[in-house]
Amino acid sequence: MSTQRQKQPDEPETQEAPTDQEMKAEASPQQKRLQRKREQQSAREASADEGEPEEETVHLKVFRYDPEVADKQEPRFDDFHVPFEKGMTVLDAVMYARDHFDSSLTFRHSCRQAVCGSDAFFVNGKQRLGCKTQISDLSQPIRVEPLPHQEVVKDLVVDMDHFYEQMHAVEPYFQSEDLPQGELEEQRQSRENREKIKMSSRCIWCGACMSSCNIAAGDNQYLGPAAINKAYKFAMDDREEEEIKEHRLRILEQEHGVWRCQTQFSCTEVCPKDIPLTEHIQELKREAVKKNLKFW
Amino acid sequence: MYEHDVIVVGAGGAGLRAAVAAHEAGADVAMVTKLHPVRSHTGAAEGGINAALREGDDWELHAYDTMKGSDYLGDAPAVETLAQDAPEETINLEHWGMPFSREDDGTVSQRPFGGLSFPRTTYAGAETGHHLLHTMYEQVVKRGIEVYDEWFVTRLAVTDEPDPNDRTCHGVVAYDVQTGKIEGFKARKGVVLATGGPGQAFDHTTNAVSCTGDGQAMAYRAGAPLEDMEFIQFHPTSLPSTGVLISEGVRGEGGILYNDEGERFMFEYGYANNSGELASRDVVARAELTEVNEGRGVNDEYVHLDMRHLGEERIMDRLENILHLAEDFEGVDGLVEPMPVKPGQHYAMGGIETDENGATCIDGLYAAGECACVSVHGGNRLGGNALPELIVFGKRAGYHAAGGDLGEAEIETGYADDVEDDDTDLPITPGEAGIEPEGVAADGSGQVTDAAGSLERAVEAERERVDHLLEKDDGVQHSEIRSKLQQAMTDYVNVFRTEEGVKKALKIIRECRQEYQDVYVADPSRTFNTDLQHTIETRNLIDVAETIALGALVRDEFRGAHWRKEHQERKDDEWLKHTLISWDRGKPSVWYRPVILEGEEKTYEPKVRSY
Ligand SMILES: Cc1cc2nc3c(=O)[nH]c(=O)nc-3n(C[C@H](O)[C@H](O)[C@H](O)COP(=O)(O)OP(=O)(O)OC[C@H]3O[C@@H](n4cnc5c(N)ncnc54)[C@H](O)[C@@H]3O)c2cc1C
Ligand code: SF4
Ligand code: FES
Repeated sequence: MSTQRQKQPDEPETQEAPTDQEMKAEASPQQKRLQRKREQQSAREASADEGEPEEETVHLKVFRYDPEVADKQEPRFDDFHVPFEKGMTVLDAVMYARDHFDSSLTFRHSCRQAVCGSDAFFVNGKQRLGCKTQISDLSQPIRVEPLPHQEVVKDLVVDMDHFYEQMHAVEPYFQSEDLPQGELEEQRQSRENREKIKMSSRCIWCGACMSSCNIAAGDNQYLGPAAINKAYKFAMDDREEEEIKEHRLRILEQEHGVWRCQTQFSCTEVCPKDIPLTEHIQELKREAVKKNLKFW
Repeated sequence: MYEHDVIVVGAGGAGLRAAVAAHEAGADVAMVTKLHPVRSHTGAAEGGINAALREGDDWELHAYDTMKGSDYLGDAPAVETLAQDAPEETINLEHWGMPFSREDDGTVSQRPFGGLSFPRTTYAGAETGHHLLHTMYEQVVKRGIEVYDEWFVTRLAVTDEPDPNDRTCHGVVAYDVQTGKIEGFKARKGVVLATGGPGQAFDHTTNAVSCTGDGQAMAYRAGAPLEDMEFIQFHPTSLPSTGVLISEGVRGEGGILYNDEGERFMFEYGYANNSGELASRDVVARAELTEVNEGRGVNDEYVHLDMRHLGEERIMDRLENILHLAEDFEGVDGLVEPMPVKPGQHYAMGGIETDENGATCIDGLYAAGECACVSVHGGNRLGGNALPELIVFGKRAGYHAAGGDLGEAEIETGYADDVEDDDTDLPITPGEAGIEPEGVAADGSGQVTDAAGSLERAVEAERERVDHLLEKDDGVQHSEIRSKLQQAMTDYVNVFRTEEGVKKALKIIRECRQEYQDVYVADPSRTFNTDLQHTIETRNLIDVAETIALGALVRDEFRGAHWRKEHQERKDDEWLKHTLISWDRGKPSVWYRPVILEGEEKTYEPKVRSY
């Protein structure tokens, strides 16, 4: 077996911030802006007990757990001090910590641009996408934890299977039987209708909404905001026929469907794609009532 | 051991389409993918899908544009297949519910794109790739196709006949990231590689961190040649800290590029006196780097892309998503300050050599999407031509792998006696020759199977390799090697290529290969060991980077995206041919096959590529 955690001469805790050339380039507009942002930030957080954000390094407190490794079986937090760079995101910071301090630091990530949905973490007490969260917008030390209400596999990695199951439970595929006959004939769709489903179609399956939802935490079978939103995308699409829409509403108004939602808006608040989830759920409730479906 | 008719490796646009096609052809198909399908990099594509759908347009125009864009290094049978099949495949996506943008009459919208003679780029907002990926995944869910997600494929099980053309692929070996279990996946009919591009070979790229050229490296080491690897497209406007792409749209709307001295360098230094910022991607990228190299870059690293003069209203109306990108990923407000941009690796035109049916020279081994080279893009890919490639050739590869009949292919694959061999003097011995393997860490390569292609032996070899990596207690960590490799590629094999520079890169790659002998994985855990995964990926990057550099060295001309300082002209007499690199038991060799310019009805005559 290889060594546990490499003892590095420059253990993160004692790591001195390398002097960063760019940090000193006073003239850069980005720099000024970040400076401005930091000032605003510290003004806002003057009362916060964490104190002012550091100038040149970022202090991260990262959740660690590995069921297989002796000293990680008990969850703990590791401190990392990472040199700050303009435009740095939480994902950049944990990647830096992994590549320079501890290669066993584990998290999912891929696109770095908020499209793959891999890196939803619990950052300073809120579900956020690591790659879409600027360090300069956060107070320090920055706590990075795995998404709550999901089983932790290791460090920041949670088990997504339940989330995927709920997504699959709403028949998440287009079901029109009535396709145009002619070769190369598309189905027509009005611009308004395309616009109506636009926001719902942006979901990247990050799971932030589900993790933020109290109802989902208490009712494991609740479909959850993302799956309901996925169903919304199809149910509101005029290209599907009326009977299919009814079929979809029937799935949604079951015991663990839309009626569970108590409009707390937490999902809407955390969604990195700004999808009006609660509104979509409310609209589906109204549709279900309109269709005179039985509800619970 | 798992067993299916068809195993599709990778679940981006190409893999998903291949799986659906194989399923429709009646095969029992499974997907093995290191990322959950919806995490694949196809989701990042913004622009659109080229397809000749409308009156006034036809597939022949699309084929002509593509051939011209390729700088006459696309093979006509592939280019024409793409252009002919793209309309049906695009409409097929619509029938599967993809939310395309719409016209007033309810038909799907199309827009103009660089290098196209007709506005044929079909799109879904600024998120075409996202919608394509999710729509395709929905179809996979609908059909109940089995997906082994977060399973990382580390080796192909290919037989070991001396001539790769005689070999057969029987399956793959994969590692379950979640549990650390290593298993064989037997493919009764075929394996389709759809593993995407090798962007991570470069230090600065628009590609995801998962784009590590795994499929290319594995196929290469199993004997399938890599084709035209030197052709790498660089995008001139990516954000410096992450590589996130700022689309051409900004310059299209009137965005201006400035150097640190506030000069509009595209004009002031005469890089493109007519089109300025709107010159082709490679011209703008080289101009930016020249500015930086001559000391006029901002912070010696990038240039500024300014759109403030367009006014808030116009920016909000047409370029709102750009504002978000700059804000979220660079911390810059594009309304009040210019955005920093620099060239980034964007797309690999080359890849695993296949014919227009997706087949490689190894029986039962197929490839499609960015990891493959059919070759459609030749020396340069047109914007909007990669996504149709995924669905057109993904479908063909999946169908063929399932036993479907697509007729005899016109494109030849595999080394043949009558091809031309390269005789360039190389500064180093490429490949593994002369490197003493330390245990199995150096391995991961070559054939370990017998003539029967036993998957069990391949699985055994991978278990030994992983044990070795995990048990070794000290040595070098892969991240050190990877960043050295990426740096060398970005320094010497990027938009500027000189003979001396490329040779330097080859030497550094060789050093990386040597250092890799001593690589170890510090994280001892079998649970979600990304350290191990990245270490194996780094080995793949070394092999792929070497082929890119080799191709860049031997091709002494300027064609498409490949520019050589000493040879700034296209040499049609000598170079209307593909570069192929074959790995034979650790030893790469370079050879050539003529490009096919004879189409169904006409021959494409090379013309000057000017726009
Ligand atoms: C920012 C950006 C914008 C773009 N915009 C456009 C555009 O507008 N129009 C256009 O036509 N093209 C565009 N492109 C290009 C196009 O998006 C890509 O070429 C294409 O999506 C690649 O798709 P793919 O299916 O080949 O690979 P990917 O989508 O990258 O998928 C690769 C798959 O392989 C899997 N995989 C990889 N290695 C392994 C392994 N070892 N084991 C198991 N699984 C593995 C991954 O998990 C993933 O599922 C763009 C590219 C980028 C980067
Ligand atoms: S709805 Fe929003 S928060 Fe929920 S999974 Fe989709 S993108 Fe994430
Ligand atoms: S890394 Fe893809 S969403 Fe953040």
